[in-house]
Amino acid sequence: MDRQLKSPLSEKDVMDLRAGDYVYITGIIYTARDAAHKRMFEALENGEELPFDVKNNIIYYMGPSPEREGKVIGSAGPTTSSRMDKYTPSLLDLGLKGMIGKGKRNDSVKDAVVRNGAVYFAAVGGAGALLSKKIIKSTVIAYDDLGTEAIRELEVKEFPVIVVMDSLGNNLYENVVG
Amino acid sequence: MIREINVNEVTECIKEMCIEANHFLSNDMDLKMREAVKEEESIVGKQILNQLQDNLKIAGEEMIPICQDTGMAVIFMEIGQNVHFIEGDLNEAINEGVRLGYQQGYLRKSVVKDPIERENTKDNTPAIIHYEIVSGDKVKITVEPKGFGSENMSRIFMLKPSDGIEGVKAAVITAVKDAGPNACPPMVIGVGIGGTFEKCALLAKKALVKDITKHSDIAYVKQLEIDLLREINQLGIGPGGLGGKMTALAVNVETYPTHIAGLPVAVNICCHVNRHIVKHI
Ligand code: SF4
Repeated sequence: MDRQLKSPLSEKDVMDLRAGDYVYITGIIYTARDAAHKRMFEALENGEELPFDVKNNIIYYMGPSPEREGKVIGSAGPTTSSRMDKYTPSLLDLGLKGMIGKGKRNDSVKDAVVRNGAVYFAAVGGAGALLSKKIIKSTVIAYDDLGTEAIRELEVKEFPVIVVMDSLGNNLYENVVG
Repeated sequence: MIREINVNEVTECIKEMCIEANHFLSNDMDLKMREAVKEEESIVGKQILNQLQDNLKIAGEEMIPICQDTGMAVIFMEIGQNVHFIEGDLNEAINEGVRLGYQQGYLRKSVVKDPIERENTKDNTPAIIHYEIVSGDKVKITVEPKGFGSENMSRIFMLKPSDGIEGVKAAVITAVKDAGPNACPPMVIGVGIGGTFEKCALLAKKALVKDITKHSDIAYVKQLEIDLLREINQLGIGPGGLGGKMTALAVNVETYPTHIAGLPVAVNICCHVNRHIVKHI
C-alpha cells in the first residue's frame, strides 16, 4: 500500500504502518551513522543531552558525499543498519519513532521497536543520486568534526522508503528469505 | 629496453579513474543491470531495478556519485618489468591520484587512519595497492572503489580437500544468504579458490574486477560460475533484499594451485555498484 507520511511522526501514523507498505516521507529527519551513534551513546552514559530531541523523530543512517556548488547535498543513500544495533534500543526507549537504513536488525532492536511502537524503514541501497533529489535542505547540527558522519537535519519531500519492520514486529526480510 | 614513465602520469590517470568509476558504471555492469530489469519477475524487484536505472541516469547527467559510499580505493598495478618510474615515489604518486580524485570529484572520504582509533584521514588515502610484475614495458592500472556494505559480508572458508566442489558451492551460497539485504543486491560475487589464506582473498577480489559478461576459460570453472549464479538466483533474496529473482548479476571465479592439505575459498561480495575501470599506460 502507498502512503504519504509526515515527519516528525505521530503515534497513530506509526501504528497504522505495516511491513511491505511503500511510504513517502515529507518533513524533517536527522542523519546519524556509526561515529555519531557512538558519541550519542557516550553522551547518554555521561548523563549529557543529545544534540537533538529524538522524540517522535526519524534517524536516517546515512553519510553523504560532498555536495557540488549549487546542490543541497551529494549522493545520499542508506548505509547498513545493523552496525547501529548496539545503540538503537536506548534511543528507541527515549522516544525515537523511526529509522531508515538498509539490511537486517537484531532481536534487541526488534523488541525495542515493538515495545515502543516504532518503525524501521529501508531505502534502496545504492540509489544515492536518486535519493539526493528528495532532500531539499541539509544543515549540519552537531559533531561537525566527523565530516560525512556529522549529524544533519534534513528537510525531505516524498522521500521513498519501504516498511521493513512494523510496530507489531512483522519483518519483511524474514518473509522474503524464510 | 627500459621504458621510463613519469609518476605524474600515474597520478593523473588514477585521479580521473576514481572520478569516472564513481559516476559511470563500466560497460559490462551497465549491460547486466539493463538485462536484470528484463529478467526480474517480481513487481517490487522490477520497481527497484528501474529506480536503479534512474539513479544511474541522474548520477551521470548531474555528476552525483552513483552511491554515497564511494569506497576505499583498491588499485591493481600490473607493471612490465622493463618499466622504470621516474620523478618521484610510485606509492606516493598513486595515493596522490586518489587524494586529488576524491577531492576534486566530490567523492566521500571514508577512510580512517587506525582501525581502532578511527580518525578520518579526510582525503580517502591510503589506497589499497596490489603490485604485480609482469613481462613487457606497459603498465595496466585497475581502480576499484570498493563499498563496505558488501565488503563486510565477505568471507573466507578454509575447506578440506574432501569437501570438493560441493563444499565450495555450499560456502558461496552461505555467504550470499548471510549477506542478503545488507550487501545491496543485485550483487556481484567474486570467488577465489586455492592458494593460501591471503592468496584466495586476493583471487576473489580480482574476480570482482573481471568483465562480468565473460566466463572462465577453464571448463569446470565456467560451469561452476553458471551453476552458482543459477542457484543464487533461486534463493529469492532479490533486488534490495525485498524478494525476487535477481539476487546476483554474475559470479566470477578465479583459481590457483594450492597445498595437498588445503582447499581455501574466499567469497568477496560486491553490490550492484561494482565499480571497476582499467587503463593502460
Ligand atoms: S554496498 Fe554498494 S550500493 Fe550499497 S551502500 Fe555500499 S557501495 Fe553503495
